[in-house]
Order: sequence, then C-alpha cells, then structure tokens
Amino acid sequence: MKIQEADAKSLLLAQGLPVPAWAVARTPAEARTAAERFLAPGSGMVVIKAQVLVGGRGKAGGVKLAATAQEAEAVAGRILGMSIKGITVRKVLVAPAAEIVKEYYLSAVLDRAARRIMLMGSAEGGVEIEQVAVENPAAIIRIHADPFLGLQDWQARQLVFALGLGAHLKAGVAIARGLVRTMLANDADLVEINPLAIVRETSADGTAVERLVCLDAKVTLDDSALPRHPELEALRDLDEEDPTDLEARAAGISFIKLDGTIGCMVNGAGLAMTTMDLVKRAGGEPANFLDIGGGARADKVTAAMRLILADPKVNAILVNIFGGITRGDEVARGLIEARAQQTRSVPMVVRIVGTNAAEAAPLLREARFETAATLDEAAVKAVAASHAATAAGHAATAAAAGPGASGPATGADR
Amino acid sequence: MSILIGRDTRLVVSGITGREGEFHSRAMLEYGTNIVAGMTPGKGGQLALDGRVPVFNTLAEAVRETGANTSCIFVPAAGAPDSILEAVAAGIETIFCITEGIPALDMIPAVEAVRQAGARLIGPNCPGATSPGRAKVGIIPGSVHREGRVGVVSRSGTLTYEAVQAMSDAGLGQSTCVGIGGDPIIGTTFLDILQLFAQDPETEAIVMIGEIGGAAEEEAARWAGEHLRHVPMAAFIAGRTAPEGKRMGHAGAIISGGSGTAASKVAALEAAGIRVAGSPTELPALIREAGYRG
Repeated sequence: MKIQEADAKSLLLAQGLPVPAWAVARTPAEARTAAERFLAPGSGMVVIKAQVLVGGRGKAGGVKLAATAQEAEAVAGRILGMSIKGITVRKVLVAPAAEIVKEYYLSAVLDRAARRIMLMGSAEGGVEIEQVAVENPAAIIRIHADPFLGLQDWQARQLVFALGLGAHLKAGVAIARGLVRTMLANDADLVEINPLAIVRETSADGTAVERLVCLDAKVTLDDSALPRHPELEALRDLDEEDPTDLEARAAGISFIKLDGTIGCMVNGAGLAMTTMDLVKRAGGEPANFLDIGGGARADKVTAAMRLILADPKVNAILVNIFGGITRGDEVARGLIEARAQQTRSVPMVVRIVGTNAAEAAPLLREARFETAATLDEAAVKAVAASHAATAAGHAATAAAAGPGASGPATGADR
Repeated sequence: MSILIGRDTRLVVSGITGREGEFHSRAMLEYGTNIVAGMTPGKGGQLALDGRVPVFNTLAEAVRETGANTSCIFVPAAGAPDSILEAVAAGIETIFCITEGIPALDMIPAVEAVRQAGARLIGPNCPGATSPGRAKVGIIPGSVHREGRVGVVSRSGTLTYEAVQAMSDAGLGQSTCVGIGGDPIIGTTFLDILQLFAQDPETEAIVMIGEIGGAAEEEAARWAGEHLRHVPMAAFIAGRTAPEGKRMGHAGAIISGGSGTAASKVAALEAAGIRVAGSPTELPALIREAGYRG
C-alpha cells in the first residue's frame, strides 16, 4: 500500500528522524494559514507540494514556492484540483522552504535476491535512483542488514563515510538506523528519503548552522502485514481509490482496473496476467486484472462480475478458470446467478477446465454461454465479441446522428 | 530419479487437521505420496485421514517416531514462519510452505535459518511440487501430470497447471514440476531449481514459467546460457500487459522503477538461447523445436 508523503513523514518522525515541520491543507485558505505560521519569523519562503500517490509531481507542476501567505493561497488554489497522471490533487503539503546545501539519496528496501533489508545511498540526491542506477551505477552504495541482528552501527558508519557525509556522522548513522527501524516497525517494503539534505539554518543566536534532514519521504507498506497494523490501515488514501477497489478488497478479490474493453475473470494471479496478455495478443485490450483466488464460491463470482461490469467501457467478458481447489461447477453456478442479476447485457466467453469441469459443462450449455476449449480460443472469441460490440456501438451512434452525419468509417477500428 | 521429492519422500504435514491441510493431504495420499505423519499442536495421539496418518503435537516428535524427511506447511500466515523454524529444528531436509500472505520481513530470518541449517525451503505462497508417478507435495492437481523427463519450474499456481496440462496433452511428461512461489522473499529460486535439474539424470529438458517482478528469471537465464546450452529449454513469462507500480495479485509481481518487466526477462532468456512462448499452449512445440525428442 502506498501512503502520502505527509503520512510517511509522520512515520519517520515517530522513529525520531529529523523531519522539518509541515502542514497539510485541503483548501487554499488552509494553505494560507499554514504559510502564515511558517513565514512568521520573517523572510524565507514556503514550498507547496501536491499530495498524490504518483511520482513526477515536480515535473507536472505540483511543487511550487511561495514568498507570502497570500501567494501560498494562490499557488495552493492552482495545485488543488490539478490532475497529475490522472489523479486529482485534493490536498497539499505546506512546509518552510529549506536552504539546501547538498542533496543525497537514502533508502531502505527489500532486496529480493539477497533476501535481506538493503540500505541504498547515493550522493546524487534529488534525482530518481533508477536514473542514477543506469547512468552512474558506481555512485550507489549498498549495505545489507544482518537477517538476525539488523543494521549495525559500523555498517551505518561505513555508509555515511562512503556518501561523503563524515561531517554529519552522528546524524547520518541515526538516520540510516532510523530508516531500518521505520521499515521494521511498520512492515514497510520501501522507506525512501529523496532528498536527504544538508540544509543551512539560522540558530537562535543568529549564526548559520548546517543540519542533515529528511526533506521528502516515500513509504510503501507490505499489504500482507496490514492485518497486524490496524493503525496503518487508516493511512489508506480513500481519495485516490476507485470505489471498486474498496469493493474488491471487501470481497477478497484481487482487482486492478485497466484501460481496455474486455473484462477478465480468472483464478490465480499468474494465469490472470497470462489471460490479459493473450487478450492483447489476439488484438484486444484487457479492462482489468482480476484474480478470484483459490476455492472461490458462487458468491465471489457474482461479486467479481459486479466489479467488471461497473466499468462502462467493458463490452465483452472473458472467464478463464483452471480448477484446482476451485471447482468448475461452483463457478458456473455463480456465473448463471450473476447474469440473472446483472443490469446490462455483455457478451461472455467462458472457459472452465480442471476440477469438476465435466459438471460445469452441461450447466454452461443449458444457460447458453459461449464456451471455449483452450485459453487461446477463449481470448480470440472474447476479442471478436468486443470488436463486434464496438462496431455496433458506432453504428448505433451513427444511426442516432441521422443520415449524412460524419462518423468513423464502418469497421475502421476493427 | 526426480528432484526434491520422490519415492523416498517421507512427508509430515503441518496443519493436517485444518480445512486446507486435510483436503490436500487426502489428495496427496491418493496420489501415492508417502505421508508418514501429521502435526497439529494439541491433537497429538489422534489419527487423521480416516485413521491412516498419526498426528503429533510437535514436529520433533513426528520426525523421531516416523523418520519424516520432508514437510509441507498449511499453517495460516501468522504462524507459518514459526512452522518453518520448527521444521528446521526437527532436522527436516526439504520444507514446502504453501501458505500465502506471510509478511515479507518475517521471511528474512526464516529463510536465513533454513540456509544456515543446510535445509531447503520451497515457497512460501507456492503450490508445491510433483514428481509424476512418485509423489506430490502441495496443492497441484495430480490429474494434470504425466510421467516423463521434462523438468518444470514456475512462480505461479494455476498458470503452471495450464502449462503442464498442455505438455501432458502433447505427450510431454514431467520428471518434476516445482512451483517456487509468488512472494518477494522465497526460499528457493529459479536458479536453484535449474541447478538441481542439471544434476538429475532423468531430466532431459526444462520449462521455465516466470512473471513480472524481481530479477530471478534474468539471473537463471544467465546461468542457463553458460551451463545448460546442451539442454532443450523453453520459457513463458506472464505479465507483458501489466502496468508499472501495481501488484498483480502475487506480492512479488510488481514492476518498480522500470525493472522487473516482462520485456527484460524475455530479452535475458532469448540472449541465453531460450525461446519464449507467446502462450503456455505453445510450450510443447518450442521444447520439441529446441531438440527434445522424448
């Protein structure tokens, strides 16, 4: 589960990491109030950052500076409601703009190959680590935490010196250890600080001091561990969730909405991806990834059908079940029930093999479902049904517009 | 011969009296697997599966009394890492963990404990393995298999059944079929299994079924390119249409920061001289084109 920057910063703060103050605003007026507070000591600026769960906020114009509270209000007004990669910005983070001396990158990640927690650091902060990995792989320093003992101080020191942060040794070690602690405490699979920065601040007596702080934070949580962290479930951003995501979770169905027209219902994640791939290969576009899981009963099948049909772009459905724990006849019964309940009629191609497929076959025949023997055949039939529905849709539009109306050439999109 | 499991497998099932554990243990027994014991704390002394299998309170006791050498874990996610550690402590050599949904950070010390003990863990979140005609451990339906000499290794469950069924239908039997699991942290990788197949005199061809996420397919492909050029191989990679940044059902199936893509895996396999099928149904033809005459 992805969480917003502001929530990620709270998790870091809870582990004692140095994170400069911030506030979250949902309206321009709230942004103004926050800016007034941060600007109060006098000069300086505030930064206003869109809170969305996608990368590339800066490039999209979702991160701006403001010199006055009035300007902050105006800037927030422009960012709020803006669309970044299809996500509408509903809140912004307001923070005092830091005077950055130098930026670094530091993260704790799950290293699948080594099967350990790995700290990754680079003195090239502020840019995406993937870019550094491609352009200058030697600039990335990697340290693995011990699987039983965790990250040791000497390892953290090694990292800090390798990053050239020797002047901030104590703070650097504390931050490195804090990242691993944040990961363990919350069952995160990623804790990323980019940038980790040396900032220049004015101390109480007016002298300039330099300090190492976490200016940005990105945390993703392990979905499998959420049941034991009920407090983290509250950080799920419902603003950015499709209502169908909520319904899918409640039904125990793994569902990801995509852009195409062919709804897919499959048992098993690998087979569900394969089904999407074969739809694409047959010339269609999958509308979703959907795994009903092992041993699904009729009620789960009806819930899955509701999720698929909630997408108005879906004009054909492909059901692919390879029964192992899942029984084919249970799925067939579910499909019959779902069709009786469904509000719009969409052509469906059903392929059921494996456990109790023989019992499913007469049920499907009697209910007059279009069936297929192989996965490849099912994909081809579903794509044909979708194309036919698209063509019929165009014909209907053209007919409604009356003779002479200019429309797409018949079948041009087939 | 076969790998991981065979006629000398003496299986103990952790969680044999649970709903899943009992259902699948019955299927394993019917397939001919030698299940020597079950383990459910508090149910020691009982008999499971219609009186055919003795149940013990601890795994150590099960091993002592029955000589079990392999375990299969059907314990819920919260207790599964502990079951793995218990199996390691009892001296089990080969541990299959079927359980799905174990937090990744719980698996880090468990996998390390297995490694330090010199044992082998398959999974978690895996369907298990079958050596057709000999033994099956886990949840793969026995009906998809056929005895033969093609080794199969996969990260998936039902996709494996699909591919194996297509192979069996085409007359290509399997030496052993292994599901290594769809989680980010697993005990045994593609590479480990390829190395086992390479040493197995009865495995004459290999099919690899991968998916998006991580770089284990690439790592295995590089090794195969150097060491298995003489073995007919074919592969399939699921998730060519998967969007970046979304977890596709399996906890480990995610493209992040442009890495773990199907394209990268396909390229690595092809560079190693391994052809990648566009559909699992094409695997039998590709294996034959690669030179397998079985």
